[in-house]
Amino acid sequence: MSTENPIVPGQPHHDHPNDNAHGHGHSSAEAHGTRKDYIIGFVLSVILTAIPFGLVMSGVIADARVTAGIVMVFALVQIVVHMVYFLHMNSKSEGGWTLMALIFTIIVVTICLAGSLWVMFHMNLNMMPSMASGDTSGM
Amino acid sequence: MIEATIPPGTQGPVFYETDEHHHDAGGSTMLGFWLYLMSDCLIFAMLFAAYGVFGGSYAGGPQPHEIFELPLVALNTSMLLLSSITYGFAMLAMNDGKVRSVQGWLAITGLFGLGFLCIELYEFSNLIAEGAGPQRSAFLSSFFTLVGTHGLHVTFGLIWLVTLMVQVGRKGLIAANQRRLQCLSLFWHFLDVIWIGVFTFVYLLGVLR
Repeated sequence: MSTENPIVPGQPHHDHPNDNAHGHGHSSAEAHGTRKDYIIGFVLSVILTAIPFGLVMSGVIADARVTAGIVMVFALVQIVVHMVYFLHMNSKSEGGWTLMALIFTIIVVTICLAGSLWVMFHMNLNMMPSMASGDTSGM
Repeated sequence: MIEATIPPGTQGPVFYETDEHHHDAGGSTMLGFWLYLMSDCLIFAMLFAAYGVFGGSYAGGPQPHEIFELPLVALNTSMLLLSSITYGFAMLAMNDGKVRSVQGWLAITGLFGLGFLCIELYEFSNLIAEGAGPQRSAFLSSFFTLVGTHGLHVTFGLIWLVTLMVQVGRKGLIAANQRRLQCLSLFWHFLDVIWIGVFTFVYLLGVLR
């Protein structure tokens, strides 16, 4: 990645969309990515999509839990690939504020998701001790 | 020049401008739009949480592995992924200032997006026809809400895309249009990121469940 977006020390880091209008003479590649970026991102995404689908559809791994784990790891990696190659996230865009907003959002999302699942799972467990059969239709 | 005094390989000093200086109209649009996307992310996080909680509440109705057709989902995923890269090519054409090329890539992106929507609507109508509609169980309610919200986003993205094609055709690649195209680029790629979550957590893990 670092070879794709070389950051020259001391260079002003304006990533405004209309930098050209300022006359900074920026290479637009820094803010918008290059053709190579998009193609790398696309190829990686295709691979990272095809493998999980292949694993689930063919059922090569007998243990569903292992498959589920692998599938989730692939999803996380693909999200990062999209962020870097398609959304052009880096620590410099908009003076780092996009990254800060992203980190904040990830924290809130993690708390909400983990909290909801945790609380509701335990509620189910405590409300219906006999739900080992998996029938939660009473909700 | 300050730049010249910094040895290579070290971080340059950070300067803060204390004086008000001229900003172009829309200079902070990209950050603002990013913040909107992050709030949109929270909406989807809540819908994912709802699906996570209700995903196992079948109410004696159909279960994911009975109703989800993975080949169809794979086709849908490829539609969205292809539309992502064609939008990327539209942005590259925009950087080169080629109006016709931008419009062409936008049109291709729109067609892929439309294909995605049609497949999704076909899937929804099939499910409803099979009696697996949103009112069947909490699992299906949360499924339709989550996937439907994503589909609505794609719909609005398509409307926006057509609008921009007309705008670019009438006014060319002026700064305002470039900014709008960049916002839509973020929006479009963001929807693809959300779809990664949908096909993984809803479809693939649903079938595995």
